[in-house]
Amino acid sequence: MATVSTQEVSPKKLWGGGMEPMNASYGKLMMWFFLLSDAFTFSALLITYGMNRFGANAFPGLRENFKFSTEYWPIPEAVFKAAPLFHDAYLPLVFVGIMTFILIMSSVTMVLAVEAGHRMDQNDVEKWMAWTILGGITFLGCQAWEWSHFIHGEPDNPTFTKVFQGGQWVTKQIVGASLSENQYGPPLFADLFFFITGFHGTHVLSGVLLNILIFYNTTMGVYQRRGHYEMVEKVGLYWHFVDLVWVFVFTFFYLV
Amino acid sequence: MEAQAINTPPKELAKPQTKLIWRTFWILLALTALEFLIAFTVPAGTPRTIIFVLMTLVKAFYIVAEFMHLKGEVKTLIWCILIPTVFVAWFIAALLIEGGSIHEMRPQMPAGK
Repeated sequence: MATVSTQEVSPKKLWGGGMEPMNASYGKLMMWFFLLSDAFTFSALLITYGMNRFGANAFPGLRENFKFSTEYWPIPEAVFKAAPLFHDAYLPLVFVGIMTFILIMSSVTMVLAVEAGHRMDQNDVEKWMAWTILGGITFLGCQAWEWSHFIHGEPDNPTFTKVFQGGQWVTKQIVGASLSENQYGPPLFADLFFFITGFHGTHVLSGVLLNILIFYNTTMGVYQRRGHYEMVEKVGLYWHFVDLVWVFVFTFFYLV
Repeated sequence: MEAQAINTPPKELAKPQTKLIWRTFWILLALTALEFLIAFTVPAGTPRTIIFVLMTLVKAFYIVAEFMHLKGEVKTLIWCILIPTVFVAWFIAALLIEGGSIHEMRPQMPAGK
């Protein structure tokens, strides 16, 4: 009975912020709501991809005979089949698989850092935060390579399309991709690639910067003095969300 | 200085509790590996897409529940996060139907080989 009465807070104190609604601190709660709104943004991007894919023509022939054309939506494994150091090798989805592994791994090291924070183990938090930062930077490097490859395209396998120029239809050769033309398929495919992976990459970048900040504060003993490592948890939530989004991007952009 | 010494816990440091974290990691890794296997063995089509979507949702569950610890939060908070995603479900349905209708109106490609 005594414990029950101590839990009750006077209404005045309630409005003054004397209690944590839903047993989560203000920062954590706001992080959750921010992530929910961010999830809507990513959903909008991915659903736009889905709508355009449904609206576009599919390749009418057999998958083995697939060839790039601006007339129909490409098969992802035919587009993403290159990996660094292995030129001209046919490695469908291998590189993006490695990227997925790196991001999941960095999510694991992040949750290990959070766990170490619960134990007030400063050395472990430092160690796991360092690994998380390394994983994030590696992922960004991989993405930079993939973008570069996507933009430069395959010069020995150009796509031809008809454009209306100077009053007549002329055949034009396309190599690589930009926002207005695309070797692999309709221009929208490239646009959505740049927007979706770019928006996700921006999130990874800001996540890495936040992680570096947290790592710095940890090494300076800020959280040890504060008595808790909740900042690691909050930034951890953001980092896991970035991983969560990638799980969806991986499925809907690369697999389906 | 003395107050700080009292506040810092004794240097015995609890043992890491990482069993559940690694279990979740192996589940995520296995599901991703399985997705790769399906991508290259099962022919593309609606059944394969449904399998992929279901596997993605399972992975999302493990990330949110275990890594983000939503499982350990208060019920009200769990529902506060989950219920608004209903709008996303509606959004998916609406725009995919829209995409199908765009496809109907688009000049069809001749069926080739």
